[in-house]
Amino acid sequence: MGIRFILLVNKQGQTRLAQYYEYLTIEERRALEGEIVRKCLARNEQQCSFVEHRNYKIVYRRYASLFFLVGVDNDEYSKVELSGSNVELSSSKEELRMAYGLIPERNELAILEFIHLLVETMDRLFGNVCELDIMFHLEKVHFMLEEMIMNGCIVETSKSNILSPIQLMDKAS
Amino acid sequence: MMAPSTTSSIMESLFQRTLDDLIKTIRSQILSEPTIISKSISEIRKELKSTDLQTKSTALEKLTYLNSLYFIDMSFASFHVVEVMSSPKFIHKRIGYLAASQSFHDHTDVMLLITNQMRKDMNSGNEFEVSLALECFSIIANIDLARDLTSEVFMLLGSTKLYVKKKAIGVILRLFGRYPDSVKVVFKRLVENLDSFGDQNLLSAVIGVFCELTTKDPKSYLPLAPEFYRILVDSKNNWVLIKVMKIFGKLGVFEPRLAKRIVDPVCDHMRRTTAKSLMFECIRTVVVCLSEYEMAVKLAVEKVKELLNDEDQNLKYLGLKALSILGSKHLWAVVENKEAVIKSLSDADPNIRHESLHLVMDMVSEDNVSEMCRVLVNYALKSDPEFCNEILGSVLATCSRSDYEVVVDFDWYVSLLGEIARNPHCHKGEEIERQLVDIGQRVREARPQLVHVARDLLIDPALLGNPFLHRTLSAAAWVSGEYVEFTKNPFGLAEALLQPRTNLLPPLIRAVYIQSAFKVFVFCFHSFFVRKKTTLSSSFNDLSRLAKREDSFTSFDCEQDEVLNLGLENRTGEDLALENGEDSVGQSSFSASIQNDPFTRESINGLINMIKMSLGPLSGSDEVEVQERARNVLGLVELIQRETSCFVEKEGSFKEEELQALKIIETMHNAFSEEIGPVSVTSQERVPVPEGLILNDNLVDLDSICGDILSPPSSSFSMGNRLFGEIDTSSPLDLQREGDSEQSNESTSLLAQHRKRHGLYYLAAEKNEMGSNDYPPPNDLQSTGNINDSTQDLLKLTEQSLVSKKKANHSKPRPVVVKLDDGDEKPVSDVKPLKELEEDQLSGAVRNILLGEEGNPSSSQSKPSEKSSGKRRVKDVLPTSEHTSHPRENLSDLLPEVGTSSRRSKHRSHGKERNRSPKNNDEGNQGNPEKDKKKSHRHSRNKTRQRADLPLNVVAQTPVIPDFLFWDYRVLDGYSRSVPRWGNQRTEGGCHPQSAYGVLPIESLNRLNLES
Repeated sequence: MGIRFILLVNKQGQTRLAQYYEYLTIEERRALEGEIVRKCLARNEQQCSFVEHRNYKIVYRRYASLFFLVGVDNDEYSKVELSGSNVELSSSKEELRMAYGLIPERNELAILEFIHLLVETMDRLFGNVCELDIMFHLEKVHFMLEEMIMNGCIVETSKSNILSPIQLMDKAS
Repeated sequence: MMAPSTTSSIMESLFQRTLDDLIKTIRSQILSEPTIISKSISEIRKELKSTDLQTKSTALEKLTYLNSLYFIDMSFASFHVVEVMSSPKFIHKRIGYLAASQSFHDHTDVMLLITNQMRKDMNSGNEFEVSLALECFSIIANIDLARDLTSEVFMLLGSTKLYVKKKAIGVILRLFGRYPDSVKVVFKRLVENLDSFGDQNLLSAVIGVFCELTTKDPKSYLPLAPEFYRILVDSKNNWVLIKVMKIFGKLGVFEPRLAKRIVDPVCDHMRRTTAKSLMFECIRTVVVCLSEYEMAVKLAVEKVKELLNDEDQNLKYLGLKALSILGSKHLWAVVENKEAVIKSLSDADPNIRHESLHLVMDMVSEDNVSEMCRVLVNYALKSDPEFCNEILGSVLATCSRSDYEVVVDFDWYVSLLGEIARNPHCHKGEEIERQLVDIGQRVREARPQLVHVARDLLIDPALLGNPFLHRTLSAAAWVSGEYVEFTKNPFGLAEALLQPRTNLLPPLIRAVYIQSAFKVFVFCFHSFFVRKKTTLSSSFNDLSRLAKREDSFTSFDCEQDEVLNLGLENRTGEDLALENGEDSVGQSSFSASIQNDPFTRESINGLINMIKMSLGPLSGSDEVEVQERARNVLGLVELIQRETSCFVEKEGSFKEEELQALKIIETMHNAFSEEIGPVSVTSQERVPVPEGLILNDNLVDLDSICGDILSPPSSSFSMGNRLFGEIDTSSPLDLQREGDSEQSNESTSLLAQHRKRHGLYYLAAEKNEMGSNDYPPPNDLQSTGNINDSTQDLLKLTEQSLVSKKKANHSKPRPVVVKLDDGDEKPVSDVKPLKELEEDQLSGAVRNILLGEEGNPSSSQSKPSEKSSGKRRVKDVLPTSEHTSHPRENLSDLLPEVGTSSRRSKHRSHGKERNRSPKNNDEGNQGNPEKDKKKSHRHSRNKTRQRADLPLNVVAQTPVIPDFLFWDYRVLDGYSRSVPRWGNQRTEGGCHPQSAYGVLPIESLNRLNLES
């Protein structure tokens, strides 16, 4: 699905988890997170859960005081018409859309469902998960994400499959 | 001797603060956050140097935490990361790997040190250690690491432990991306896993990999279509289905026969599923590659309608999105949902408004453009400034699209432009300016109305105060000066142009005002003189005197007269009826015309005074443009005034001085009367090439020198590369051609590339060249091809009106919009795709494998020809493929012909065995341990086929597959607007009482509030 990053941010805008699937320098990350958090937190309940930012499409969802934000590529379009394609590199996405009927690649609903899966899995792991759980067991959440996503692709969607290695590792250590 | 160090390490670990301590301290807020962090960083630095691994790893853990959430640089600790990674204890290793995957990147210098450690861990007997290494690898692997560990990944792909195998599959994208040669080694095993029907977990991972791979280069994966098809029909996992559909969306574009095959299963899924995400994906697939199948499209539109009418904002947004992609081919779908679309124009969410605006604009056609624009412009008045401008912008863009294609009534459109300009929030002055001038130049018939609108804008003193309007006003001023002959009241216009409030304008626009006033002034004077002359032309005396006095002048004058008359003939009737009438009957009813004539001595005098008064002060202006133009006007006025000595002579005689003045005015008028037309973008090409200039010189060297500089910045738009990548390899014909004549044509192709890139500096293509040297100057449209142009345009117009059958009767015919034969088209893209080396290699390797040619060393020269020949062979075999008696025959009617036949053909033509395709494997039947499994697959496939024919509800009741994502995206009136819940027929691990989900996030997660 081309997930680029996952952020957990609380209502005050503090990052509680940040997992990137591409390398960004610290400065880039700081800027990106700042912008995104400002953008998403400003939105209200009546607005839809999709925000475009730079070359990301951000799908977010709020659970109690925590925002779950997932950034996916926004640049990938599949081309409907291949004939007579003289696309200029400089032309904007909007122009491309107009000219060739480009279709965005992403399935935003699937990402929303992924977020929900993540929350449910955390809930099962911690038992009634709360922000403090995530703060004090950040590495566990990271391992959980590692089980679910590799290289930006969702590889595992079964809760028991995600959790069993983590629980085993806990026992072992 | 050992004692002190051991004790110190014990002390360290005893008194070291753990991560929990750190978090607690930060939370306690006894000190400010930065102080705590800087303090703990210095602690961590010390602890990292400790010899005790426990201390070290805890320090690293803290550092990782701070890096992740507080943006603390941890590159200084990279060596310690390696140390912790290589700890024998799993718990330390884990911390080390996490730190590495978070902080290492391609150029981290210690990357070289971890290769061996990773290899060791990948070979470990502990599957968790293996997975740690693989996970880390999938995030940080660079080319060296990928190369060195390819064999390990290959080995792990064959692992018997599913957990390990899954992780190994997850690594593959990174591996291929960094080290394309690994495809040769690993790809076969990857494909094998597509068959692993038994394990859905693996399938999910494998399909994910292929989904990403096909994004980059769909064509290479066409041979795998049968496998994908099977998954599409059989899988019950929504994640997998979504991804398979994505894959087909890409493959289907290249292979229409594939589309035919998948249309039924896709529609089935669309009807059957309760998960909105899967449904959305089905809609997407229909739009992308099944838009020829009416039934599918209808179904998709139906589903879109459901989305649109949903209360949930997300669904509404996606519905609009889906509609807009549908609309590009099936406009009726949009029109059908008109109400919903227009309703969402006033939605609370700007994203939704934006989408619906797009859709509304898509619906605009010749027939409804005026009503639509009326509605939108009125709506813009009411909405917030940002969206208002968005509306106005898209109205302007839509109406001006391909030379005002949709506009029939230009008088209306010009008035609309005036109205838009008056919108208090309008920031689109620049675009309006462009269009006003553009219409003036292109559409002769619109000029009277244009001048009228311009005058209305100019005359309103209130508008001058709005800085966003200045650009529009500048265009209005230019238009009114340029086409002043269409105005009824030139003096009023002059007054408007010279009004005192123009001092609010920026100097450059003011200069335009002055120049326009200049034109108006010349026009008035000229009209005055012409009028006078015509009234006098009866007076034989004067004329003869004139002729005697100055032969040359008279002849010149007559010529002028003709020109003027010509000009008058060209105008549209109504506005000028009065003037025209005057001119033609001037001789007979001359006294009457004097009365109607606005150009009296008094008015001319008044004009002169007004000019002097308002421009006088400007002759000392600081601004060069303003000053210069003001002085020009004043100079001319002075000159004429001196010559005519204030018109005190009696009527009916031409004074010599007046003749002099007339001459000046004629010259000026002449200068302004030449029409300014639109300029073709390609007009440069038509400039004749000077003799002796060889442009066909081989510039290859130059190209190689300038290549880097001139190549377009690909980073500006990152999809570009991929797009071009596709184009690059899009047509097999191209490939073939390339293959056939590659070497011989190398230089020509380079030349062609260069030509493409620097087209401007080349001679135009043949069709342009035949006219040899006598090209018309770019402006001179009227003299040459104009007749052709206009007829062509008319033809085009009539064609269009025929096409749109229910066309309303327009009261007047659409005026001709001057177009340049080729000029207005966008210049042919002059950029050649930058070949992405890596991707090229990757897809090349994949093709080689899939075409069964992996044995051949893929030297870059032979590759294209191989590929194309492979393709050709496929085609040759195609008709006969039916005859091959095969155990898989039932499959072959089930599956897309292309896939099977091509595989078969390849199989035969190369005589090479591919492990992963047991279907073709006639000889591979003895003692193959996988045989039974495969057989069962076959059965199951047959079963599914039957199953698919059964009524749908039966399918829905097939045995439960535990625990895969299968949610219903539905609205609950709970905490969240939209909480997914489990689909009805899926239960988790047998029967879960809470199958109606949505309980968890509401109740349990509210506890998250504790934190705040």
